[in-house]
Amino acid sequence: MTDSKYFTTNKKGEIFELKAELNNEKKEKRKEAVKKVIAAMTVGKDVSSLFPDVVNCMQTDNLELKKLVYLYLMNYAKSQPDMAIMAVNSFVKDCEDPNPLIRALAVRTMGCIRVDKITEYLCEPLRKCLKDEDPYVRKTAAVCVAKLHDINAQMVEDQGFLDSLRDLIADSNPMVVANAVAALSEISESHPNSNLLDLNPQNINKLLTALNECTEWGQIFILDCLSNYNPKDEREAQSICERVTPRLSHANSAVVLSAVKVLMKFLELLPKELDYYNTLLKKLSPPLVTLLSGEPEVQYVALRNINLIVQKRPEILKQEIKVFFVKYNDPIYVKLEKLDIMIRLASQANIAQVLAELKEYATEVDVDFVRKAVRAIGRCAIKVEQSAERCVSTLLDLIQTKVNYVVQEAIVVIRDIFRKYPNKYESIIATLCENLDSLDEPDARAAMIWIGQVPRSAQTIHSLGGVLFQVQLTLLTAIVKLFLKKPSETQELVQQVLSLATQDSDNPDLRDRGYIYWRLLSTDPVTAKEVVLSEKPLISEETDLIEPTLLDELICHIGSLASVYHKPPNAFVEGSHGIHRKHLPIQHGSIDTGESPVSAGPVVPIEQAQSVIPSQGDLLGDLLNLDLGPPVNVPQVSSMQMGAVDLLGGGLDSLVYLFSQVWLPAVKAKGLEISGTFSRRQGQMYMDMTFTNKALQHMTDFAIQFNKNSFGVIPTTPLPIHTPLMPSQSIEVSLPLNTIGPVMKMDPLNNLQVAVKNNIDVFYFSGLIPLNIFFVEDGKMERQVFLATWKDIPNENELQYQIKECHLNADTVSGKLQNDNIYTIAKRNVEGQDMLYQSLKLTNGIWILAELRIQPGNPNYTLSLKCRAPEVTQYVYQVYYSVLKN
Amino acid sequence: MSASAVFVLDLKGKVLICRNYKGDVDMAEIDHFLPLLMTQEEEGLTCPIMSHGNVHFLWIKHTNLYLVATTNKNSNASLVYAFLYKVVEVFTEYFTELEEESIQDNFVVVYELLDELMDFGFPQTTDSKILQEYITQEGTKLEVAKTKVPTTVTNAVSWRSEGIKYKKNEVFIDVIESINLLVSGFTRRMLGLIHVNANGSVMSSDIVGTVKLKTMLSGMPELRLGLNDRALFALTGRDKGKTVTMEDVKFHQCVRLSRFESDRTISFIPPDGESELMSYRINTHVKPLIWIESVIEKFSHSRVEIMVKAKGQFKKQSVANNVEVRVPVPSDADSPKFKTSTGHAKYVPEKNLAVWTIKSFPGGKEFLMRASFGLPSVENDEMEGKPPITVNFEIPYFTVSGIQVRYMKIIEKSGYQALPWVRYITQSGDYQLRSNF
Repeated sequence: MTDSKYFTTNKKGEIFELKAELNNEKKEKRKEAVKKVIAAMTVGKDVSSLFPDVVNCMQTDNLELKKLVYLYLMNYAKSQPDMAIMAVNSFVKDCEDPNPLIRALAVRTMGCIRVDKITEYLCEPLRKCLKDEDPYVRKTAAVCVAKLHDINAQMVEDQGFLDSLRDLIADSNPMVVANAVAALSEISESHPNSNLLDLNPQNINKLLTALNECTEWGQIFILDCLSNYNPKDEREAQSICERVTPRLSHANSAVVLSAVKVLMKFLELLPKELDYYNTLLKKLSPPLVTLLSGEPEVQYVALRNINLIVQKRPEILKQEIKVFFVKYNDPIYVKLEKLDIMIRLASQANIAQVLAELKEYATEVDVDFVRKAVRAIGRCAIKVEQSAERCVSTLLDLIQTKVNYVVQEAIVVIRDIFRKYPNKYESIIATLCENLDSLDEPDARAAMIWIGQVPRSAQTIHSLGGVLFQVQLTLLTAIVKLFLKKPSETQELVQQVLSLATQDSDNPDLRDRGYIYWRLLSTDPVTAKEVVLSEKPLISEETDLIEPTLLDELICHIGSLASVYHKPPNAFVEGSHGIHRKHLPIQHGSIDTGESPVSAGPVVPIEQAQSVIPSQGDLLGDLLNLDLGPPVNVPQVSSMQMGAVDLLGGGLDSLVYLFSQVWLPAVKAKGLEISGTFSRRQGQMYMDMTFTNKALQHMTDFAIQFNKNSFGVIPTTPLPIHTPLMPSQSIEVSLPLNTIGPVMKMDPLNNLQVAVKNNIDVFYFSGLIPLNIFFVEDGKMERQVFLATWKDIPNENELQYQIKECHLNADTVSGKLQNDNIYTIAKRNVEGQDMLYQSLKLTNGIWILAELRIQPGNPNYTLSLKCRAPEVTQYVYQVYYSVLKN
Repeated sequence: MSASAVFVLDLKGKVLICRNYKGDVDMAEIDHFLPLLMTQEEEGLTCPIMSHGNVHFLWIKHTNLYLVATTNKNSNASLVYAFLYKVVEVFTEYFTELEEESIQDNFVVVYELLDELMDFGFPQTTDSKILQEYITQEGTKLEVAKTKVPTTVTNAVSWRSEGIKYKKNEVFIDVIESINLLVSGFTRRMLGLIHVNANGSVMSSDIVGTVKLKTMLSGMPELRLGLNDRALFALTGRDKGKTVTMEDVKFHQCVRLSRFESDRTISFIPPDGESELMSYRINTHVKPLIWIESVIEKFSHSRVEIMVKAKGQFKKQSVANNVEVRVPVPSDADSPKFKTSTGHAKYVPEKNLAVWTIKSFPGGKEFLMRASFGLPSVENDEMEGKPPITVNFEIPYFTVSGIQVRYMKIIEKSGYQALPWVRYITQSGDYQLRSNF
């Protein structure tokens, strides 16, 4: 006999009949009637009018019936608050029942009746149940405290229930501990001010012990709670990690992910040199991979989290790209996520395989997936330079398929490749143009126009009024560009377009841009050329990377909705703005278990940051253990050039940058010899050169030009050689430089290719620019900013160097470096060694942060450099080396 | 922390049963679920997490049901999914099938279970064997003898009750290995019309193994399982015979994880009856046990010809059972003709597949199947996906990885003797060979 029969009564007067049955003398009849009521409730009928009759059935020795009545109460008490009071007596009585199942049931149900009046009566029974001899009742009561807090927070505090909950953390029963932890965590979410869980080493130890014994769900509560703890030092962090790692072998995927969260957080505290650090990294990879053999929804959550983990610590999964290959029967949401991770893991080592896969995907039928696959090919080209050519040819293959959305997507992607590698693949433009007519999406059309193919027919221009705004903007710019390049052919066109844009368009952006171009062109065509035809900014290697502070915050939320949405909780949870945002622990110095405001909070006001005298509020100083004494006094040396002259006579290898070098030997340049050096004086960069004529005829008509280079260096003035250079005569010139020229990444980074012309011929040479000429005068970072930036820059970007055999004290070092605009922000003394924290800024706005460790008696200095563009650090090191060694 | 409420819906989005755990999300919000899902399905972009306003729906589908959890907090999403799947598991053990009818037929027990499985969004007892001790399908009469919660519920050993008795004490151990395989495909174009498909190289392959127990032991036995695990042998310094490197191991709640972490010992008090003790993943490349070579020639507007060669690349003594090779065919194919050297082949038009079944496939043998289909002269405009060829099979008495149960020690304080029985089986997991036509 099944319960379905209860659903079949559907007569008129049903309620009336039920009422009669509920009041029947026979127990069996009453039970049947209650079942019918619940069945009616289940299908959504309103049976609230039966409230008193159902409550009458509450006094029963039949557990099943009691549960049904309780269920009814939970559903309707809120709509019948006055009558709900009728039930209170029974509840209170049931809380005293000899059967723990009944006691627990009563306390559980009472907490679910969200009626204020009832809660008053709940306190006494709850207090008893929290101390019940049966753990089943205690674990239920623990949860009930959280329920009550939700209804009446003040009462819970007044009644001291929070303390009772804290006491339960020391309970002998693991399930009670787990539920107490869960309840406290839940309460603390809406209770931002107090350290409710009182996480101290003793309590942590209790939790870790309970972790081994409680149910899988209890393990999750405990792990989630542990992840909020900030261990006081690396030893404690390591010992917690050691006790958490076994959880990675649990069959429940949520236990695994919560364990991963704890480990990812505490990894921050472990020094990289530690063996354990690497052991732990290795242990994280297999369980993450195994999550991908779970149910698709579990895979989805895992993949969204892996996406974060790969950005934070790419080393964990770099060998595992194959597990992210898409399977035919993967659901679309799994496919798209896998694709995203594949691109993040793409490297020179695996690019061939990745491209083969992506090409395979691009011929699938699922439009969104195919588009993303095509985009992925483009991202590979940008990320892995060596693969660019292959990617381009793959994209061309795909364009040949003539599948409309594939072609359009490919063209958008090719635009980005053009931006990244200018002047390399322009030969394919013709192929792209064949598909011009099939482009109907604004993105693709805009991309095509950007690529530089401006339609020349007046007809197309007229359609300017018809196409989408995005296309119009690009088209306008393209036509202005074309005009600047070929003014004679396009003057009419440009006038037509500008008048269209400024007079006929009702889009304010388009109109504004039109006016700007118009005025530019009419007032100063030269400037217009500079502005409009300026070098396209380089496209960054990794697009859509999550901003580092957000990434760190999301790492603290592994496994949760925030980690799935890739948004901080306050972006989608109402009323969570006052809640502390989570952040990763900081490795430096010792930290209280409390909050450290620097990581996530707003930057401290400048006045405070500049204060020299230590103040209470200057937490930052404490964090770094900075020496807060007066700033290091630096003897001012008048000019760099003076210093350079004095330095003659040191070790040769290190002086490469400081001396005049022969850049162009006479034998290679028909008798013209050029030697020189770079320098920075009073904020101005110079190329100091000596031109010597070793030929037998005089030389005239000198001119100089630089190739595009990494820092955009160009001469500010023409070469100041105005008189002919007679045989065996030499002339010294100082060529002022600036960095507003076109940028192209060189290898080595500081390489500068120069062309010099005279009346005889054109000669080419190249020289290495010492990086210090790019160190700007305002390279001193605020302390707070320094600390936040240091933390923000991923650890992978940190590079360490040794400077050997250096015999200077910290102050001399600071002074010397300051001549080169390397500023000491703070100095601290840790166990006898001096740590200098320094910053410098390049002309292109890149900051480099340095930590220089000087141990007394040890002539070997350790230099750690951190920079968002780690490729520059080696050149910075060279500067340090040559400055300090001389 | 996790779910505010849990709903069971039918395919039309009607609520069959629900339980409001926290009361912070309006129960009527569930009405938005199906419309949201429909919109996503239309766009072809479903997602297991959807949101409407500040309410988030986390859902799974099982047979003709949706199980949906709602929340408005930053819930632990992985916990919610693990829980929803656990609910499916518990209901299935209670009602053998979890579907619309079984929910309706057992709504009283379903309510009771929902009450016991989760409290205020915190999952509680989810072990169906223990639940069955105090939540039964026949309404329990409250008798004095029954006034106890099974202590198991809150015990550290929350998966096994005390006082279990068997006349004959036995444990059956099944070691089951599933082979996942992905083989690339490539296309050669011939004469512009015919597309020939052939198989390429192995892109990825791994083994997912599980050890299942059927425990029929009295009392509270302590078990220790010994495998030829390489890490264990490396740890103990012994190195006898073949060992296996397990990439990752997952254990049932009953296994002492910290013990395994420290000395690779698998020690546990087993749940009574059937359970999955552990699963493992092995990355080592193995030769595909059944290798498929296929040539699919598509003559547009006229016919498709398929030639499939299946080769058993395992020991001669072993036999693969119930081998099924599923070859995709175009959706507009008709008039199938088959010829096989063994087994039989049939056309399954609703799945666009030609299925070739071989009941018994000895190792080292090679079989052939030819099929031809007619194609309409008017070509189907719609782009079709490129489903892979898939293979199902089962090889008893054998594990590919070579994993072996070396011993199973059973110690119980009453001191009885118990016998472990071990069975090995290898089967196909996700066994795909990409096709290109």
